[in-house]
Amino acid sequence: MSICTRPCLVLAAACVLLDLRAAGAAAEIPPAERRSGYEFMGRETRAMQDDDAGNPGLLWVLDGEALWKRKAGAADRACADCHGDARASMKGIAARYPAIDAALGRPVNLEQRINACRTGRQKAAPLAFESRDLLALTAYVARQSRGLPIDIAIDEPTRPFLQAGRETFYRRQGQLNLACAQCHDDHWGAKLAGSPITQAHPTGYPLYRLEWQGLGSLERRLRSCLAGMRAEPYAYGAPEFVDLELYLMWRARGMKIETPAVRP
Amino acid sequence: MARAVVTLPAQARRGEIIEIKTLAAHPMETGFRRTQLGELIPRDIIRRFVCTYNGAEVFRVDLHPAVAANPLIAFTTVATESGTIAFQWVGDNGYSVTETASIRVE
Repeated sequence: MSICTRPCLVLAAACVLLDLRAAGAAAEIPPAERRSGYEFMGRETRAMQDDDAGNPGLLWVLDGEALWKRKAGAADRACADCHGDARASMKGIAARYPAIDAALGRPVNLEQRINACRTGRQKAAPLAFESRDLLALTAYVARQSRGLPIDIAIDEPTRPFLQAGRETFYRRQGQLNLACAQCHDDHWGAKLAGSPITQAHPTGYPLYRLEWQGLGSLERRLRSCLAGMRAEPYAYGAPEFVDLELYLMWRARGMKIETPAVRP
Repeated sequence: MARAVVTLPAQARRGEIIEIKTLAAHPMETGFRRTQLGELIPRDIIRRFVCTYNGAEVFRVDLHPAVAANPLIAFTTVATESGTIAFQWVGDNGYSVTETASIRVE
């Protein structure tokens, strides 16, 4: 990955700039100023996302639809055998995740919820994080919420996890000593290595990144942000990640789900 | 599993120009990349795409390593008669996918 060197140098230069401007650090973005990553993209990439005939994320959604109906595991049951038609039963579900899992007593993201169903109900092996099948099922479920507003309910049991996610967002970490908020709250709209800095609203996951040449999860995106900050990325499914996802989704509450989105 | 998606109008007027969009699921591995251990990742690309309209070839593409993964190929043709439009993608490692769509021309 020889391309890593230059953005990292630029990032190092940018963080000097960030340090100077951090004195007047902004707070959370006011609701009226929130923008989806979609609005930072070029015309062509937007068109790619909007056109179902050209959005490559639809290939995963179609795979997910096939998996939804396929029987799996020792129980020999398909998702559809319990949940029926996903277009009705899964509508709005992705807009409410991560959500508290009663058995675990802590929030789980959509991928973990699907795997809990697989091991608990289907008696099948869990799907690996970032595997094509898990991404496909997640994309298919989340697709049913397209156009619906993110609706994270914060109640007493959820509050400590939201607070933990918020702390991760504002905590400086890695060799560059950066916090998520320094880019995504304080400097959104500016450029980093030629690319716009967005507000980090997870409205379209799993999404198709042209850089990845494929579909990926929010955790994959977070891992590459952490690597860019030269911090040790958390493992897939780590509680720290799920708390951060919960905070990011809450931060984007009311914004519309775009899954499967396309991003550069 | 979804191998390819084809989008075109189900019906058209005779002589009308119709747009056809095709999306194929394929990694389009260039053959120039290496693994972290330095081994060359073998080329795996779609080499040819052909569209036939009632058996007659109307559109053809040769693809090369610079084409991105999951290639979207969009083109136009003239709706001449009702019938079948067939699509075929052929590539490395025995990759071959065919799709058909029917069109009604009035």
